[in-house]
Amino acid sequence: MNAQPRPKFVYVVYIVSTPEKVFAALTDEKTSAQYWSGNRVVSDWKIGSPFALKLKPGMHDVVGKVLAFDPPRRLAYTFHPHHDGLEREGPSRVAFEIEPLAGQVRLTVTHDEFPAGSASFKQVSKGWPHVLSSLKSLLETGHGMVAPWYKEAETA
Amino acid sequence: MIDVAKFKPKTVYVTYIASTPQKIWDALTQAAFTSQFFFGRTIEIEPKVGGSFVLRMPDGRVDVKGEVVAFDPPQRLAVTWTVDWNEQMRELPACLVTYEIAQAGEAVRLTMTEAHQWDVPDDLLAGGRMGWPVILSSLKSVLETGKPLSVKMEPPKEMIAALERLKKKA
Repeated sequence: MNAQPRPKFVYVVYIVSTPEKVFAALTDEKTSAQYWSGNRVVSDWKIGSPFALKLKPGMHDVVGKVLAFDPPRRLAYTFHPHHDGLEREGPSRVAFEIEPLAGQVRLTVTHDEFPAGSASFKQVSKGWPHVLSSLKSLLETGHGMVAPWYKEAETA
Repeated sequence: MIDVAKFKPKTVYVTYIASTPQKIWDALTQAAFTSQFFFGRTIEIEPKVGGSFVLRMPDGRVDVKGEVVAFDPPQRLAVTWTVDWNEQMRELPACLVTYEIAQAGEAVRLTMTEAHQWDVPDDLLAGGRMGWPVILSSLKSVLETGKPLSVKMEPPKEMIAALERLKKKA
C-alpha cells in the first residue's frame, strides 16, 4: 500500500560567486526580492525561529521554521505554503548546501519530506528552477529575472 | 528510425536564461559555442532528421555519437546518444537527449531531457546527473556574461563501478 516513494526535488546549479555571497543572498530579505520575483525571505535565522516567504501583496505566505543555519555552507527550513489551499497539507523541508569550487560555487537544493499526495511538490518543482536560475543571474550579472507566472498573476 | 515512445525520461534539467531562443539554439549546435561550455567538446551535427551527431573531445577522440531525431530551430533538438569513449557504455542501448527552448516572459526556458529505452540502473545515470547541471550552468553563464564556468570533473565512482560489473558479466 505504501510502495510509492515519497517525492523529492533536487536541483544543482553552479554559480560564479563565493559561498558567503550565495549564503547572504539566500538569507537576506532585500536581496531575495531581486531574484525571487519580488518575494522576500524573512527570519532572524535562529534555529527553531519562524521563517516566512513573504509573497507579493495580495498573495499569501509560505511559513516554516529554521532547521539549520551554518553560514556559509548550509541552510534549511520547513516549508508550509499558505496559498492555493495548500495550507491543508503539512509542511515539507528544503535544504541548501553550498560548496566552494575554485572561484565558483555548487549550490544543491533538496526539497523533500512532502506529505503523502502532496500538491505542493508539483509547484515547487516548477518554481525552484526559475528561482535558482534567477539567483545565478543576479550574482553573475546583477540582474534577476521575474517568473512569467508572476507576470500573469499581476495582469490577471 | 527509432521509436521515441519507447524512451522514458530519467533526468530532466530546466534552466532559465536571459537570452533569445535563437542564441540558445546556436550555442547548442555550433562547435565554437559547445567547446566553451560542454567540457571542451565540439559538436558536429548534420542539420536534418536522420543526420549524424558527434561530440568530440579536445584530443580528437569521439565522446558521444548518435543520430538527429528532431531538428526544429530554434525550438527543439533531439539526438540519440551513445557514449563512445568507454567500451561498456558503447554496448549499452542508446539514450535520447532532447532540448526544448521556449520563451518564458522576458527570459527563455531551456529543458534538457535524458530518456532511456531500458531499465537503466541509477548508477549509470550518475554521470549525466552530475554533468548536466555543470554543462547547462556553464551555457547560461556563457550567454549571460560571455564567460563559461571552469569546473573540472571526473566520471562518478558509482558509474565506473557499475561499468566494471557490466564488463565482468560480459
